[in-house]
Amino acid sequence: MQDVTYRRPATLQEAVQLLKDNGPTARVLAGGTDIIVMARERRRDTSMFVDIKAIPELTGIRFDASEGLTLGAATPLYQIYRNETIQRLYPCLVDSASLIGGTAVQGRASFGGNLCNAGPAADSIPSLIVLEGKARIVGPNGERTVAVEDFCTAPGRNVLEAGEILVSLSFPAPQPNSGARFLRFIPRNEMDIAVVNAATSLRFEGNNVVAARIAIGAVAPRPLFVPAAGAALVGKPLTDESIAAAASASRDAATPIDDMRGSVRQRKHLSYVLTERTIRDAAHRARGEALEH
Amino acid sequence: MVATEPYKIVGTRPVRPDGVDKVTGRAAYGSDIKLPGMLYARVKRSPHAHAIIKKIDASKALALPGVKAVVTRADFREAGPGLIDIGEGPPVNLKFMLDNVCAGDKVVYKGHAVASVAATDLHTAEDALNLIEVEYEVLPPVMNVRDAMLESAPLIHGNELTGGLTAADMGKRPSNIANRVEFEMGDVDAGFAQSDIVIEREFETAMYHQGYIEPHNATALWNKDGDITIWTSTQGTFSVRTASAMILGVPVSSIKVVPMEIGGGFGGKIPVYLEPHAALLSKKLGGVPVKMWMTREEVLEATGPTSGTYSRVKIGAKNDGTLMAANVHLAFEAGGFPGSPVGAGAMCALGPYSIPNAFVEGFDVVVNRPKVAAYRGPGAPASEYAVESVIDEIAERIGMDPMDMRLKNAAVEGTRRPDGATMGVIGNVQVMEAIKDSPHYKSELEGENRGRGVAMGFWFNAGMESAAYATVVSDGTVALVTGATDIGGTRASHAMQLAETLGIPYDDVKPHVVDTDSIGWTGVTGGSRTTFAGGWAVYEAAMDIRVQMEERAAKIWEVDRDQVHYDNGAVHGPDGKVFSFKELAAQLPHTGGTISGHADVNPTTVGAAFAGHICDVEVDPDTGKVTILRYTAVQDVGTAVHPSYVEGQIQGGASQGIGMALSEEYFYDENGVMRNSSFLDYRMPTTLDLPMIDTILVEVPNPGHPYGVRGVGEVPIIPPLAAVANAIYNATGVRVRKLPANPRNLLEEMLPPEA
Ligand SMILES: Cc1cc2nc3c(=O)[nH]c(=O)nc-3n(C[C@H](O)[C@H](O)[C@H](O)COP(=O)(O)OP(=O)(O)OC[C@H]3O[C@@H](n4cnc5c(N)ncnc54)[C@H](O)[C@@H]3O)c2cc1C
Repeated sequence: MQDVTYRRPATLQEAVQLLKDNGPTARVLAGGTDIIVMARERRRDTSMFVDIKAIPELTGIRFDASEGLTLGAATPLYQIYRNETIQRLYPCLVDSASLIGGTAVQGRASFGGNLCNAGPAADSIPSLIVLEGKARIVGPNGERTVAVEDFCTAPGRNVLEAGEILVSLSFPAPQPNSGARFLRFIPRNEMDIAVVNAATSLRFEGNNVVAARIAIGAVAPRPLFVPAAGAALVGKPLTDESIAAAASASRDAATPIDDMRGSVRQRKHLSYVLTERTIRDAAHRARGEALEH
Repeated sequence: MVATEPYKIVGTRPVRPDGVDKVTGRAAYGSDIKLPGMLYARVKRSPHAHAIIKKIDASKALALPGVKAVVTRADFREAGPGLIDIGEGPPVNLKFMLDNVCAGDKVVYKGHAVASVAATDLHTAEDALNLIEVEYEVLPPVMNVRDAMLESAPLIHGNELTGGLTAADMGKRPSNIANRVEFEMGDVDAGFAQSDIVIEREFETAMYHQGYIEPHNATALWNKDGDITIWTSTQGTFSVRTASAMILGVPVSSIKVVPMEIGGGFGGKIPVYLEPHAALLSKKLGGVPVKMWMTREEVLEATGPTSGTYSRVKIGAKNDGTLMAANVHLAFEAGGFPGSPVGAGAMCALGPYSIPNAFVEGFDVVVNRPKVAAYRGPGAPASEYAVESVIDEIAERIGMDPMDMRLKNAAVEGTRRPDGATMGVIGNVQVMEAIKDSPHYKSELEGENRGRGVAMGFWFNAGMESAAYATVVSDGTVALVTGATDIGGTRASHAMQLAETLGIPYDDVKPHVVDTDSIGWTGVTGGSRTTFAGGWAVYEAAMDIRVQMEERAAKIWEVDRDQVHYDNGAVHGPDGKVFSFKELAAQLPHTGGTISGHADVNPTTVGAAFAGHICDVEVDPDTGKVTILRYTAVQDVGTAVHPSYVEGQIQGGASQGIGMALSEEYFYDENGVMRNSSFLDYRMPTTLDLPMIDTILVEVPNPGHPYGVRGVGEVPIIPPLAAVANAIYNATGVRVRKLPANPRNLLEEMLPPEA
């Protein structure tokens, strides 16, 4: 661990200024469950922590039936999965929020941190992608909005420019007959980074799937939005064949590496398996049915 | 022996004496040490798996404010020849031991210590590590045992090792084979010729770490008068004293080793790593205490896991299930220096069985991985996994119940093992029968993708030296002093045996574990020996007290010595004269003084241990993930002195064995860099990955111990590997011959071959 300065600005402008003035070794601190570990292990050269949790826009949950859901980027996970509106309307966010870390980590960790950390295996990002999440960014040059699927650029890298802060994540209000699901595969039952993860959102009109978004993680340099997988489902009823086609599209899109967490073959195979499983579960949710597991 | 059932205390489940301190956080571990003026030190380690050290320059580190001293190999005296027996495992060559503590000309694994640096605080010491400049000439690493045995393999120790592939080859040419063991019995070829079925298979197991929660630590003070004190977390203070004295070149009497509480060891906390560095830094600084401890990464990369192994097992049997012959070939990774547990693995391989014709050979092979240390039943989990897998396959092929086949061939009292030892009174058959009678084995396993497996395990257990010193306090309690560092509840098991022998309440015994200057030589807490041998010392110390109390009572009563006898917590004389233990204790100070009993023992009548496990699994056919549904561990425990702790040992051993079977492994890249040196990626099972491990205690007392004690700690780690693998086969039809059977490996076996 190096010597670091800790600052806790009360406004967004102050935070942006601190980041601008102190250069790349000034680090945004949300829950700190990634950045403190990295600083301690000297994987990130760090001179200052800019704690964003005292900035009003950065925490909190707002829902409006027409505007949809807005999450302050630093809102801790436990507030997300305990929120009744989210439980009812965005259970896929609960899937992600409730399996990142354990109770202690969930008291601190945020979706914003998970997204900005830009890990290929991050467990919130596939859910944020399939729910059409939009990232609101504020920086020295003003404000902009980026779709979550375009946010990460490479392992540990994202679109944020020097001094920019992710302020919030917003999601459209869910449509009738829609459902979404996130799953990950880990070798143990806890304490593992996803070998592969996946999320699917579906919307039905009558028997037909009219919209489908599928994203997979840990199989490419960044979490992967797979439009081809969704396209395989759209415009027809959900069948074993269409599910297999979508799952195959995921498998084909995956370009994983071989490492201590999984092999190429295993990860491609799991892309198929988890895509299939998330589609089936998302369909159950769209129909208002309870999941088996 | 003297003690007879029914026991009053042995077999009960009292609270452990060290319990309150441990649950309140008051127990003092190595990292709690804080001494006036203390400095903190870190070890500089090799980033390469195999390299020649060209130059070390510490000048920049020494120039950093706060840095006080650097130690390199130049500060160690050069080691002469010599072998050191530090406890569990083969004796080690002094030069290799020194080379492991601080690299000489070469680094032989990633993480190998090359220097150490002391500073005013830990962070400064850490900063200084990057300022110690080491120039390397990088060599190609040899990462696994089969590659290392090839004639073309790079030689890790040049011309120093000359082991061969056959007895005739030994000593002929330089190789990475450090040693070869061979046991033979009967006529193996004839045995195979008489067999109706012969199966030969190859197996691999990964390198596994013990995974104790507490990292290695040591604090040392080299006083100006030459006296050295070492505070450390160790399984054996006397081993640390011997090893440190030999490495530092000082008389053993100049070192005092103070045992701190120990947060797990499982064999891995026997060697020294940090102690000599801390001592030399302290000496350089003119007698300032220096404290060191490792990170988890250092523990995994640079302490002593157990060998990765390759084995080839061929077994022949008659159609009626009679085992006729076995040929067992074992090759074990020793790590960077010789000394794998292949000898013990070879001795145990066929342990549960009586096989008339057997040939067992084992190879100790150096590779560019950390030097292995003892790990719970060293060598046996791998060798018995291979044998138990082949036995299971034979049972299936001839259509026999796997337990019936094992019973038919079970080793019994008098059975001779291929290594020449003959079984004493053992509970092997009783364990096998208890499995067959268990509710688990009798239950039906229903459902898709589910399967059941069984496997046996054998471990010979150890004796070795122990000492006890027990003082009768005037209030009628007894202060018990031993040198056995308490890992698994031995303060309790010793106090219970003392209380039983004296016939006094357990709570009246106050056990203490003391430093090397304060008690007789005591071997490591390892080899499942401490309740056995330490218990024996305690028993003799108690008998010593009894005799002296009889003498004292005779003196007080003015009667003949032989009219007095000790029984059931009281001294009885003629005419109904009686002193309770407490009454006589109160009289001692004014009737001649305090009484202490002591004993130094070295018992050899060790009782071997047998275990059999039953495992039910479910395998997800889409992902290869194995869930253990139900697990029962049956074991002959001799006498369960404290049944809860015996059960705990069994559950802990089974959990570690399941980790070996399913999830743990050292994962190296092609450069010899460990890629999973954290508890995130070195996957030990968590509580969520294991069911309740049910235990069935079979008690066949060891006639070679006053209370029938057999070691119980090691054997439960042995059966899980094959029990799990056999269950996976039963569930999926896939014979797992490479462990761990993690989802990655199992899926590979289950998916169709790749185009
Ligand atoms: C024990 C443990 C278990 C874990 N388990 C999981 C798991 O199961 N799945 C998983 O995906 N992750 C896991 N993680 C990783 C981590 O908890 C998550 O990635 C978490 O969501 C990070 O959020 P945070 O708020 O703590 O981020 P921080 O550590 O505060 O920040 C992460 C990075 O993002 C930057 N950052 C944060 N917020 C912003 C912002 N608003 N604007 C700009 N930059 C920002 C920081 O500077 C830093 O670089 C685990 C971590 C631990 C310690």
